[in-house]
Amino acid sequence: MLQLRGNTSMEREVADRNNREGMMGWLNPRRYGWERVSYWLQRLTGVGLLAYFIAHIYETSQIAGGPALWEAFLELTQTTLGHIILIVVIGMCVFHSANGIRLIFAHGGKGLGKPGRPDYPYDAVSLNYRQKSGIWIALILALVAMLYGASVLFGGE
Amino acid sequence: MHKMTMLRESQIMKIHYITAVGALFVVAVHIMMRIAVMPYGMSLEYENVIANYQNIPYIVLLESILVLVSIHGFNGLRVILLELRQSKKWEDGVTVLTIAAMIALIAYGTRTIILANGLGVE
Amino acid sequence: MTEQLIEEIETMEKKREKEKHQGEKEYPKSSVTLKIYRANRRAGESPHYDRIEVPVQRWTTVLDALLYAKAYKDQSIGIRYSCRMASCGSCGMKINGIPRLACYTKVSELQGREITVEPLSNFPHIRDLVTDFSQFFAHHHNVEPYIQNDNADMPEKSKLTEFIQTPEDVDKYLQFSYCIKCGLCYSACPTVATDTQFPGPQALSQAYRYFIDSRDTAPKERLDLVDNRHGIWRCHFAGSCSAVCPKGVDPALGIQLLRGHLLGYSKNEKKVAELKERQKKDD
Repeated sequence: MLQLRGNTSMEREVADRNNREGMMGWLNPRRYGWERVSYWLQRLTGVGLLAYFIAHIYETSQIAGGPALWEAFLELTQTTLGHIILIVVIGMCVFHSANGIRLIFAHGGKGLGKPGRPDYPYDAVSLNYRQKSGIWIALILALVAMLYGASVLFGGE
Repeated sequence: MHKMTMLRESQIMKIHYITAVGALFVVAVHIMMRIAVMPYGMSLEYENVIANYQNIPYIVLLESILVLVSIHGFNGLRVILLELRQSKKWEDGVTVLTIAAMIALIAYGTRTIILANGLGVE
Repeated sequence: MTEQLIEEIETMEKKREKEKHQGEKEYPKSSVTLKIYRANRRAGESPHYDRIEVPVQRWTTVLDALLYAKAYKDQSIGIRYSCRMASCGSCGMKINGIPRLACYTKVSELQGREITVEPLSNFPHIRDLVTDFSQFFAHHHNVEPYIQNDNADMPEKSKLTEFIQTPEDVDKYLQFSYCIKCGLCYSACPTVATDTQFPGPQALSQAYRYFIDSRDTAPKERLDLVDNRHGIWRCHFAGSCSAVCPKGVDPALGIQLLRGHLLGYSKNEKKVAELKERQKKDD
């Protein structure tokens, strides 16, 4: 017998982790197609949005400090860098929402097609163009929203 | 198996999806209020923001955003962290930490709403 | 005497070989370089890549090329294979970074003149291109991959019966039963890459295969089995499993359909196949 799995729980944990791709596997999301890109972006935007949300709650809490503090804080965020961050947040928010709606249905098997009798070249029905278009639409919507956000933040008064 | 769960994973994930849809709706209204009622820059002026905090339906909206996004966001974080490492210590830590952070954020945000609401009374 | 005989046979064979090839159409021959991952942790050999040039033809598969390298260039290459026709699922490996069956991947369909072959990710590494499948099989075993039906136990041979299934009933699970357990999906899955307790696409799709089979009477138990912290919910539909599956099993589809039952999108009740009385009794 191979002694790959150790005797103690610690040794087993190390053996179980041997050769796992780990987070490094995320670094090349294009290897497996659009669905993998969507997985990667959904996760990245989710973490980004949570970070923004926490910052936003802190940011808005400054209102309780009175007008002077509020105005001072606004000046901090109403900068070019602040606007760029907000535009990225808009993009993340729209992509995460649009792609999320697709995923809520897809996670329950909706819009994936039916199982059947596979034939060469064995293309998977779940990786169909409805799903891919959903990802593309989410990306396009995010881009449009970012452009609109940029026009509001940089364009007008 | 891990006993530190009051809810089944399917129940937690159903909450995850429901809060997602709810958050999408309330955040959309919140953003519309920033750009549709008056120009974006004007909507951020102190008086206008304070006026928002006097408006009961808007307070309900803000509190809903706070609760829905916190639940959804921190559960999302819990999912990512659970997938990173597996041990009872880590998993229990992740569960406690994300729930605590969620409660803390909701409490902190609610405090702002209450304080800002009080500022307009005089 | 013996040496003379051997010499005679060899000359005859060479002559025959020459005659055989004279009538054949000549295909343009070329060669590729195999960049093979080599390591033997237990022997203290650190990971490195060996470059071996092998001749290839239009029909040469990566497995053919590797076996050529093993036969004529370096006999120590560690590789697992068996059927050479995508039926046994033994020769799974990462070819140019993507999990594929070596016997099912032709050299001509790959870009470039260098082919990188590495052991499957997410499986404990043993030596060179060989990995340990025990965790993978344990996950498969945990989802109870067999029909559970109390009525099917017939102690008396004379009462042996068969289930009645319509072609539609069969279509619901057939494609998932084509799984050859090659482990490509397990290697491609981003959740498996970090979560050691996640059953993986193969096991979860098999959970659905038995869940939806009309002969099985334990659907609730099967749902309970995957409804946990490291269960089905850790699938995020990255679709990589289905992208690499060489048999069209589409594990991602099975997983999402199973989750549809947990989410209440699909009804959990199913019509269990009836047992048909056997017409002719066995003696």
